[in-house]
Amino acid sequence: MTVPTTPDTQTAPASAEQRVNAGIGRSVLRPDGIPKVKGNFAYVSDLQAEGMLHGATARSPFAHARLVSIDLTPALAMNGVKAVIVQDDVPGTAMYGLEHRDQPVLCDGTARYWGEPVAVVAAEDPETAKHAAAAIVMEWEELDTLDDPEEADAIDSVFRRVKVRRGDQDAHGEVVIEGYYEVGTQDQAPLGPEAGLALPDGEGGVDLYGTSQWVHADHEQIVAALGLQPDQIRCHPAGIGGAFGAREDMNLHIHCCLLALVTGRPVKMVYDRAESFAGHVHRHPARMWYRHEANRDGTLVRVQAKLLLDGGAYMSTTGAVIGNATYFAVGPYKVDSVAIDGVGAKTNNPPCGAMRGFGAVQSCFGHETQMDRLAAELAMDPMVLRRLNALQQGDPMSTTGQIITDSLPTVDVMDALVAMPLPDDTDSDNPLHLPGGTGLTTSRSHVRRGVGYGVSIKNIAFSEGFDDYAEARVVLTSVGAEVHTAAIEVGQGLVTVCAQIARSALGLEHVAVVFDDTSSIGSAGSTSASRQTQLTGNAVLEAARRVREMALERIGGDDLTDAGVWRNGELIMSLDALYDAGPIEFTARYRHPATFEADENGQGTLHAGFAIAAHRAVVEVDPELGLIRVVRIDTAQDVGRVLNPQSVIGQIEGGILQGVGLAYMEELVIQKGKILNASFTDYLLPTFLDAPDVEAILIEEPGEWGPFGAKGVGEPPTISSTPAVAAAIRDAVGKPLNRVPILPEHIVGV
Amino acid sequence: MEMTTPKDLTEALTAIDQDPDAVLLAGGTDVMIGVNFGETWPSHVVGLRRLAELTAWEGNRIGAGVTYRRLEKGPFAALAELSRTVGSPQIRNAGTIGGNLGTASPAGDALPFLAAVDAEVELASLNGRRTLPWHEFLVGVKRNAREPNELIVATILPEAMPPRQAFAKVGIRNAMVISTVSACLTRREDGTTTIALGSVAPTTIRARKAEAMISSEKSPTEAAIAEFGRLVSEEIKPISDHRSTAAYRRHAAGVLAKRLLERCL
Amino acid sequence: MDINVRVNGKTYTRDVEPRLLLVDFIRDHLAMTGTNIGCDTTQCGACTIHLDGKAVKSCTVLAVQADGSEVTTIEGIGKPSALHPMQAAFQDNHGLQCGYCTPGMIMAAIKLVEERGEMNDDEVRHGLEGNLCRCTGYENIVKSVQAAANDMGVAHSPFEADPAAHHETLREAEARAAARSHE
Repeated sequence: MTVPTTPDTQTAPASAEQRVNAGIGRSVLRPDGIPKVKGNFAYVSDLQAEGMLHGATARSPFAHARLVSIDLTPALAMNGVKAVIVQDDVPGTAMYGLEHRDQPVLCDGTARYWGEPVAVVAAEDPETAKHAAAAIVMEWEELDTLDDPEEADAIDSVFRRVKVRRGDQDAHGEVVIEGYYEVGTQDQAPLGPEAGLALPDGEGGVDLYGTSQWVHADHEQIVAALGLQPDQIRCHPAGIGGAFGAREDMNLHIHCCLLALVTGRPVKMVYDRAESFAGHVHRHPARMWYRHEANRDGTLVRVQAKLLLDGGAYMSTTGAVIGNATYFAVGPYKVDSVAIDGVGAKTNNPPCGAMRGFGAVQSCFGHETQMDRLAAELAMDPMVLRRLNALQQGDPMSTTGQIITDSLPTVDVMDALVAMPLPDDTDSDNPLHLPGGTGLTTSRSHVRRGVGYGVSIKNIAFSEGFDDYAEARVVLTSVGAEVHTAAIEVGQGLVTVCAQIARSALGLEHVAVVFDDTSSIGSAGSTSASRQTQLTGNAVLEAARRVREMALERIGGDDLTDAGVWRNGELIMSLDALYDAGPIEFTARYRHPATFEADENGQGTLHAGFAIAAHRAVVEVDPELGLIRVVRIDTAQDVGRVLNPQSVIGQIEGGILQGVGLAYMEELVIQKGKILNASFTDYLLPTFLDAPDVEAILIEEPGEWGPFGAKGVGEPPTISSTPAVAAAIRDAVGKPLNRVPILPEHIVGV
Repeated sequence: MEMTTPKDLTEALTAIDQDPDAVLLAGGTDVMIGVNFGETWPSHVVGLRRLAELTAWEGNRIGAGVTYRRLEKGPFAALAELSRTVGSPQIRNAGTIGGNLGTASPAGDALPFLAAVDAEVELASLNGRRTLPWHEFLVGVKRNAREPNELIVATILPEAMPPRQAFAKVGIRNAMVISTVSACLTRREDGTTTIALGSVAPTTIRARKAEAMISSEKSPTEAAIAEFGRLVSEEIKPISDHRSTAAYRRHAAGVLAKRLLERCL
Repeated sequence: MDINVRVNGKTYTRDVEPRLLLVDFIRDHLAMTGTNIGCDTTQCGACTIHLDGKAVKSCTVLAVQADGSEVTTIEGIGKPSALHPMQAAFQDNHGLQCGYCTPGMIMAAIKLVEERGEMNDDEVRHGLEGNLCRCTGYENIVKSVQAAANDMGVAHSPFEADPAAHHETLREAEARAAARSHE
């Protein structure tokens, strides 16, 4: 049974909600935590199948080149090689892509980025597969590499242009701040690399277990690319070692399926770390030109910006990312005159797509730096200036004009942050407390401390008219209930929160979450855009309420517990008996409030919901060497309502560290389209000793439509933490520093 | 690939005498990364982990198989300091000082120390033993003077070690630092100063002009210390790569030189 | 090549290719997939195991090098009926999200606590610097390890070579520098 629902989000059956121990509002422990600490949680890379072959990929060594010839015979001649496949062998459209199917499954004769897959091999063991892929002889004719997004913009090589014009375009303020900003290419670097296992069903179809954030989107693309019927492919949610956006796009998935179909045997592919860097999309690098005009009292009058994000060779989600960057280009501030132009460039750089924060990260670095510079120009406290201009519920979005009906506690968030105590100065000479850390470069006398702020706004869920929904099913069993969903648990805790919501709504403790494949349940939508708690959460909530009602109605009960159905304080039927009397289940599909495409000036109701976060960074810098230690990040975040305190704090702490990483160490070094640091030796992730202390205040003002008022919490921590750290570094060293990551040479100025 | 696991030094020397192309494997922290990346496809590996002769450490003679884990607890201050910066605890459990010499990377953490104290490298083959000063041993980027039939068996530090010594390494991160510049400085009571730097030239290098200048200063003034830093910056030959720029390395080397000197005064 | 390796208390004799990595031996030949591979370059620590009583990253050790050795993996930690205190602490303190780093983190942390006992925040962070986590921001891992150290009941024993000791050197140097400037 599937019906569209619009649940009443503010109330659950009070008695049930209050009674269950492991319901909402509690720091319920992860059900998958036990297998994870024991080492028996099954990640895709752990899966095995009888008679399994192993796949490997031959890739383009050039960012832009014509494939003159390819000789597969050396690979095919190798003992143990079972298949070698190129683009011509791919049935169906042989194309895929999240927004637009512009990417060939394998190189179509022209390689458009470095590392583009050209051929895939299946062999009896991984070593042979790797050797065979390396043995393929490819003759290339190098073509001009378009690696400059400004040049791409100039010649109109773009995926999408987004224009926002709002208010009086001739308005002017008394003070003008102009700035140019850059954001380097960040990588999601989930610790578990890409993996897939495809099992042929013997009837021309395949079951795929792959690293994914949205199995139904994978399914749709695979079916088209391979020219199969929808029921021939089943994509299964599977264990995944982190995502952060890197699992939205497919990479090895179609290759695995195809090799399995061709060989008739299960095929497994796992990327190593170097291949992972080439094999998934990255965060878009950005160049941004900003002009803010304000009156002397600090009131913003006009904001203009041009945002140029490099989408790389294929579209992925560049359209939505440049949309987000553009629509959130002003930040959480009120201003009546706005002109923003966003460009998602198409180049021969590595393809870029989703990463936590999704476009808002880039423009936040721009608008927050502008706000700091404006405050300095006006001799105002930077947070006083921000508060003065704070965007609030009921205001129109400065860019799109959308009246904000979702809760938007911008001022409360800002006030809570500013009220948090600053950490004491320290005279610790423990190198672990100093920039340079264990490298012993720095003593206390070399260090200067700085403090900086960042505030951000981010949309929750998909926008711009996307039909965004989630389906979930609740099934009563003889001992409790099961929640069925195809939503992907990437580590964020969806599995915990879905069960908590179901428990509170059902009044039952024994609730388990079951992840179903694409043939067994409808789409839950993507595990991205901070949306699953709100989308799948609402679907679970509705389904659970209906199941409770159905259980009570069946025998005229007035309460349901793990013991069974009650009437007037007496148990009238056990769960077991209820179950035997016939199945009780309900499938709910939740759609969030409708959004619409923008008009030609970027105006309209584009977004379904919003969340605010603010960060204050305290850093210590060794200015002479340009070395940095982030001492503390304080944060206040608009979370709607906390469903699992420990999970929310976990998202905040983890998300902040990714923002900190972007601020001063994480960047893919790309030269002529080629990634030069495709390893964890040279792509630096923050370690234990780079992680700041984090103090968080959760602002609970219920959101418009999340379950129990909850809002998504995953992305906001990553957005304004970066500009806060950058501002703190500027405060310490007194230099403009208009690019992140801020590297030692930028601080030193050589 | 073939694997030989010799039980003693003679067996090891015999193995590499018979197969000069054999790859020597101690802690594996460098060699195995090359293997995993497909950069090295050795046909024959000789494992050195179990050779008692290599793990011996007596006074100033440190066996090539001594791990950073042991060195970080040892009596030589700068060697202990640098050992603590090598990789991470797991790497320090595996990585050896002989491995640093064998790889001869300009970024090898132990090499500035060995260069600053004028250590020697002891090599053995079936034909006997020889000892080379460090600067004759390190001959280029990832190149050393070991003959294919030779094994690095030990490094020998001078009898009279400088009483003051300090090490520092610059990297972006505060742990598991991959050096963009590293330096080791030693100073004796009579003012004799040495400084060796890593990641700033094809091999670990000494800044001899700077050393000569500061060694004559019994109690260096601030101006002398600054001049020392300037000379160090001038003497090195850094390049720009994906880890840093030549200009930054030049600058940072000068800063480290001054700071290490101050720590040793 | 034939090798004998004692893994989690049981001896396995296998004929393996000399180039086989210890981590692949454990995962593919012994079908113990709890030890994860994250980077291939000894940076991330996901593959940390105990080899002859030491925490090592098994992605850069050959299986044949472990011939005759004692190996403990995450599967050898705790009992079927009861988690090891370190495992329990990670679960109870939300010390994991995606969990991919967790087995390596737990193996490194157990060794650290066995050597050091109860630790302050700095000591835990320094002791685990060789293990990367991309999800948690590390705070809950530090809490987990501290809680486990308490439960494991190992007395505190400071680092024999504590980086904090370095600050004495720096202090002395600064004192000397200060004295010089007064001269």
